[in-house]
Amino acid sequence: MLSDRDRIFTNLHGHGDVGLAGARARGDWADTAAILARGHDALVEEVKASGLRGRGGAGFPTGLKWSFMPKQEGPKPHYLLVNADESEPGTCKDRDIIRHDPHKLIEGCLLASFAMRAHAAYVYMRGEFYNEAQVFQRAIDEAYAAGLIGENACGSGWKFDLYLHRGAGAYICGEETAQIESLEGKKGMPRLKPPFPAACGLWGCPTTVNNVESIAVTPTILRRGAAWFSALGRPKNSGTKVFCISGHVNNPCTVEEEMGIPLKDLIEKHAGGVRGGWDNLLAVIPGGASTPVLPRSICETALMDFDGMREVKSALGSGAVIVMDRSTDLIEAIARISRFFKHESCGQCTPCREGTGWMMRVMDRLVAGRAEPEEIDTLEQVTRQIEGRTICALGDAAAWPVQGLIRHFRPEIEARIAAYKARSGGATQMAAE
Amino acid sequence: MAEETAAPEDFRFDSESEVRIGKILAKYPEGRQASAALPLLDLAQRQIARTGGAGWLPRAAMDAVAERLGMPPMRVYEVASFYTMLNKKPVGKYHLQVCTTTPCWLRGSDEIAEAIRRKTGLKGWGETTPDGMFTLDHVECLGACVNAPVLAINDDYFEDLDAEATEKLLEALKRGEVPPHGSVKGRNAEPVAPTSQKAE
Repeated sequence: MLSDRDRIFTNLHGHGDVGLAGARARGDWADTAAILARGHDALVEEVKASGLRGRGGAGFPTGLKWSFMPKQEGPKPHYLLVNADESEPGTCKDRDIIRHDPHKLIEGCLLASFAMRAHAAYVYMRGEFYNEAQVFQRAIDEAYAAGLIGENACGSGWKFDLYLHRGAGAYICGEETAQIESLEGKKGMPRLKPPFPAACGLWGCPTTVNNVESIAVTPTILRRGAAWFSALGRPKNSGTKVFCISGHVNNPCTVEEEMGIPLKDLIEKHAGGVRGGWDNLLAVIPGGASTPVLPRSICETALMDFDGMREVKSALGSGAVIVMDRSTDLIEAIARISRFFKHESCGQCTPCREGTGWMMRVMDRLVAGRAEPEEIDTLEQVTRQIEGRTICALGDAAAWPVQGLIRHFRPEIEARIAAYKARSGGATQMAAE
Repeated sequence: MAEETAAPEDFRFDSESEVRIGKILAKYPEGRQASAALPLLDLAQRQIARTGGAGWLPRAAMDAVAERLGMPPMRVYEVASFYTMLNKKPVGKYHLQVCTTTPCWLRGSDEIAEAIRRKTGLKGWGETTPDGMFTLDHVECLGACVNAPVLAINDDYFEDLDAEATEKLLEALKRGEVPPHGSVKGRNAEPVAPTSQKAE
């Protein structure tokens, strides 16, 4: 388990003062000017060496992403865009960082922006986080008033402005190019890549989009050193991670832990165990709604990091663990996820726009069992036709939960169909699909 | 939904909103004021709620935003129709938004919706009570899953609900009280293992 001295987010649950005085007492903003004095490229190299991988879901190495930005300031300004559009079902870690440890994020915005030669950063926060936005704006105002950001940030001579921009309810705006479109005042529809944002992003300028947690951990990494961070966790899966454990546990919680912690420990030690005991566990969605579901047998030994989850054909995603006990109608649990993705598809690419609706309708019929057994194969094939055939990853995200269900719980679906047939005397009323 | 919610012919930002507009526009570089489309639509909806009760965006308000930002009105309609928090028709004084995505459903969101139906007489999603008090909607994940089930009422989250707590909440609103938002159980979703996160 993560020891207290290695904990980054020491006010994750809001016991301490959220304001600047409390943040300073916890070590934030201590000698920030000295970190800035190391120079732009030194900061990028340090974050690269730490092994930090993006905490929003995709796990792309953060320092490497920063290094894609132009090495000189050109005619076009550079921008950092912080993705606070937290909307992946099961995920609520960024919310706790924003409302309880906002100065970690603000200091991270300054350091990351400086590293990438950006004089301005925008935090794109989902619109529903209204109260969280108020807390965060107050923290920004405090940082300006104290001279930590602004014309001469921390007395370093670097001009840095930080702006909060609120969304208005659209999951797709968590996709980096959709977020850029949205911030430009358009519908949140993803852009084709290339060009990548580091070359042509916000208003056509070099832009890097990073998740809240990725940015909020960077001040501590730069202060304590890459070696400290990379010693935590496993190789290529270094550091700490904020996990959210929801669903059928005795104590749903948000907790910062070392990467690679066994999934079972997260549930048993931090979340108070599965409702009714471990043997009452049916399945876990380990990394947010888009990651494939795992049956109990795999949950016994699975490790919570990028590689650990890949080994069991799922994904760490955002670290959002959704626990389901044996009372759960798992087919409906996944059908609700299919409904989610159907609602959130932006409608731009045909496989996703049509496919998410089609999968939702079939999943709804499977909940009732009103289908033929061979439709399970058809459904599986359709998910393969959506995956990898769209501009952004929403199509993949919609396909994976269905694939996970079929991979591990096919007998349950078949039993549901058989039960329906037994009740209805063999007739299966099929909707025209 | 009666005459009082008919679309107004005219919309103008009032002085309170104008102060906010100045601050919003200052966030974006010269010539990039279209970026203020979402914030201004949100502001218009809030002004309508503040002055008339039912927060929504009649076409006149969208046109005012377009004019203000120098955008073709069609562009603003496109944006308004894309985002779920921008209401295309009037909502009640209290917009009850039940999260029904899997993490909340696992913790009993069906019972929350049922309690609301029982207490308000509303049947389907999107309906508003005849007195204009309550609109019932279901929404996708609100991002507060460790405090599920969650009900958003206007800007505030009410968390860790059950049917009984939901009924009490609605009764309080009917009496004109505004209960404190957050977890109704006072939970802040910390882990059970002893960590420094437990105590300051």
